Amino acid sequence: MSEVVSIFVTVGVLAALLAFFLLLQMNRKVNNEGKPTGHKYDGIEELDNPLPAWWYWVFVASIIYGLGYLAYYPGLGNFAGLSGWTSVGQLEEDEQNADERYGPMFAKYMNTPIAELSTLPAANKMGQRIFASNCTVCHGATAKGGFGFPNLTDGEWIWGNDDEQLKSTILNGRMAVMPPWGEVLGDKGVAEVSEYVLQLAGRTDADPALAAEGEKHFGTYCAVCHGPQAKGQTMFGAPNLTNERWLYGNSRLNIQDTVRNGRSGQMPAFEQKLGPEKAHIVAAYVRSLQPGSAK
Amino acid sequence: MVSEQDYNYKVIRQFSIMTVVWGLVGMLVGVVIAAQLAWPVLNGNLEWFHFGRLRPLHTNAVIFAFGGCALMGTSLFIVQRTCHVRLLSDKLAAFVFWGWQLVIVSAAITLPLGLTSSKEYAELEWPIDILITIVWVAYAILYFGTIAKRKTQHIYVANWFFSAFIIAVAMLHIINSLAIPVTMTKSYSVYAGTVDALVQWWYGHNAVGFFLTAGFLGMMYYFVPKQAEKPVYSYRLSVVHFWALISIYIWAGPHHLHYTSLPDWAQSVGMVMSLVLFAPSWGGMINGIMTLSGAWDKLRTDPILKFLVVSLSFYGMSTFEGPMMSIKSVNSLSHYTDWTIGHVHSGALGWVAMITIGAMYHLIPLVFGRKQGEMYSIKLIDLHFWMCTIGTVLYIASMWVNGLMQGLMWRAVNSDGTLTYSFVESVEASYPGYVVRLIGGAIFLGGMCIMAYNVWMTTKLAKQEEQSRLAEVTA
Repeated sequence: MSEVVSIFVTVGVLAALLAFFLLLQMNRKVNNEGKPTGHKYDGIEELDNPLPAWWYWVFVASIIYGLGYLAYYPGLGNFAGLSGWTSVGQLEEDEQNADERYGPMFAKYMNTPIAELSTLPAANKMGQRIFASNCTVCHGATAKGGFGFPNLTDGEWIWGNDDEQLKSTILNGRMAVMPPWGEVLGDKGVAEVSEYVLQLAGRTDADPALAAEGEKHFGTYCAVCHGPQAKGQTMFGAPNLTNERWLYGNSRLNIQDTVRNGRSGQMPAFEQKLGPEKAHIVAAYVRSLQPGSAK
Repeated sequence: MVSEQDYNYKVIRQFSIMTVVWGLVGMLVGVVIAAQLAWPVLNGNLEWFHFGRLRPLHTNAVIFAFGGCALMGTSLFIVQRTCHVRLLSDKLAAFVFWGWQLVIVSAAITLPLGLTSSKEYAELEWPIDILITIVWVAYAILYFGTIAKRKTQHIYVANWFFSAFIIAVAMLHIINSLAIPVTMTKSYSVYAGTVDALVQWWYGHNAVGFFLTAGFLGMMYYFVPKQAEKPVYSYRLSVVHFWALISIYIWAGPHHLHYTSLPDWAQSVGMVMSLVLFAPSWGGMINGIMTLSGAWDKLRTDPILKFLVVSLSFYGMSTFEGPMMSIKSVNSLSHYTDWTIGHVHSGALGWVAMITIGAMYHLIPLVFGRKQGEMYSIKLIDLHFWMCTIGTVLYIASMWVNGLMQGLMWRAVNSDGTLTYSFVESVEASYPGYVVRLIGGAIFLGGMCIMAYNVWMTTKLAKQEEQSRLAEVTA
C-alpha cells in the first residue's frame, strides 16, 4: 500500500486504542458512589457507580494484547511485524512440510505401471481417498456418474482406453463439444435422426420409417465425429452410439434435446491440484473399478 | 408533565403488532428451511421454495421485519416517554410505518422470485434499496426531531444507542448497496473482488453491531430498569461502553474474511479490534444485570423480567463467543461450519428475540390502554419463556456439536496426508444435529404462536374495557 495509506492505518489504529484507554481512565473514578446522578427519565434514575474493577482490567488487558499482537504480526500499515509472518509464507511452509512428509509415499508408485498398480490394495486405498475428496462431486461416491458425468465403472471409454489417455484426462481435463443441429436439421430432421440413434442402440421402440430417413442425415452430419458405424471416436470424445450407455439420458426427449441443442461436457484439469504422482495413483484406482479387473 | 394521552401510541400499536406477525412469519420460514436441510426433498422441487431462495427471506424477515418493527416501535415509544414529548409528526410516523411494511412486502415477493443482489443481509435489489433509504431518512427525521424538542435536559442512554443505530445503519446501507442498475430488477455492485468482500463484511458485521446490538441495547436500557423498577446501575459504565462499543464495532468486519485474499494487515486489525470489543460488549450486560440488584426476587413472579434477564445472559454468551471465534486459529476451525450458524442464533434467538418479546409484553398492554405488563395471561408468558429458552438451547447446542464435528472432519487427514472424510460424509454426519435444530426452532416458533394468542386476547380485553368505560361515561 502507499506510504500515505500506511500512515493513515497505523495512526488510526493506534489512536483508536489510545482513545479507548483514555476513555477508561477519564471515567474510572466517580464522585458519589451508589448515589443517583439526578437524571430522571420516565421514572428511570441512574446511579453514579464506578466501572467494575475486573471489567476495567479486562478492557485494559485486551488493549495491551492488541498492541502486542500488532507489534508481532503484520497489521500497522506497511510494518511487517517483528515475526515476519505472512499468510502466504505459512501456506508455503505447510505445503513444503506436507510434500516432505507425504511426497515419498506417492512418489514410490510413480514407476509402477498403471495396470500393475491397479491390483495393489495399498495403492488403491490411497487412490480411493484421493478420488473421494476430488472426483466424487461429479462422478459420485461409487464412480457411477450421473446426468452429464460419465460412469467410470462400465468399461466404456469416451476418450480412450490406454493408460496415457486416462492420465491425460485427469491431468489436463477434457472439453467435449457436441454442436447443436436443430437449425440445420429442422424439427423433422431432429426427430428422424433421434429415431435412428434409438435404433442404433438396439431400442425396439424406434420408428423404422423415421429411422431410415435419419440414417441419411446421420451419414451427412454425424458420422464425421461418431464414425460411419456410429461406434464413436475417442479422438473427439464422441461417444459410441451403438450401446445402451447414455451420458445425457436415454429417453426419446433427452436424445432429441441432445441432437437439437448439442451438449458441452467439461472435465477440469487436475494437474495443479494433484500433481503427477497422485494422478498416477487415481488413474490406477479408476482402472481398478473396471469390470473384470481384480479388486 | 405530559400524560399518556399526549403520546402517539397509534404507531407503537402498529409496529408492535407487526413485530409479532413478522416474528411468526420469519421464524416459520426458518423452521421450513431447517426442515429442508434435514430432508432436502421438502423443497418440493419448486425453484421459489428451495433453500437458496427461502434462506434470504428468513434472514430478511427476522432481522429487518421482526427486528426492524421491534426497533422502530420501541425506539419511538421510548423517545417519547424519556423525552416527555409527543413524536415530531404523526403523518411522518404513519409514513415510516407504512413505508417499512412496503419494504418488507417487496422483499417477501422478490426474494422467492430469485431477484437478489447476492450480498448477504443486503440481498434486496436497487429499487427496494432506494425505498429503504427514503423510509430510513424519514425515520431519522422523526426520531431526532422528537429528541430535539424534548422537555428533559439530558438525553437518556437508551436514546444514545438508538441514535447510533439509526445513523450507522443509514451509512452502512447506503455505502454497501451502491450499485449500477442494469434493469429494474438487476444491478451490479460498484465494488469488485476483495474490496467488494471487505465492504460487504464491513456492512454485514455492523448490521450485527448496530442493528442487532446497539439498537437492542437501547431497548434493554429502557425496559430492564422499567420492568424491574430499579435505577440503572452505573451511568459511567453506560458512557464508557457506549462510546467504546460503537467505535470498535466498525473495525471488526475483516474477521469474516480470515485466511482469504484480504491483505494480512486488515485481517490482523480486524481480529485485534474484535478482541478489544469483548469488554465494551459486556459493559451493557453488566449494567443491565447489576440494575437488578435488590430485585432478584422479582424473577420468581415476573416472567417478563425473566425474558429480559435471560436475554442479557445469552447476549453475554454470544459476545464472549464472537471475539473468541474471531481469533484466527479458532476461526480456521469454526469458519464455514454450523458453529457460525449456532453463534448467530444464540444472539438472534437468545438475545434479540427474547429481549424483544420481553419488551413487547411490557408495552403492548400499555399502548392498548392497560397497565404496563398487564397481558391477558401471565402463565402463558411463563410458558413462552420456557419454550424460548429450551428452543434456543437445543438450537445452539446442536450447532456447536455439528460445527465442531464438521471442522474436525474437514481437517482430519490419513497417514498419507489425504483427507480422511469427503465433504459429503460431514453432511451425512450432520443429520442428527439438523433434526435437533429443527426441533429447537419448532419449539421457539410454538412459543411465538402462544405469544400471538396472548397478544390477541390482550387487545380484545383492552377493547372490552374501553367500551365499558365509555358506557359508564354515557350512562
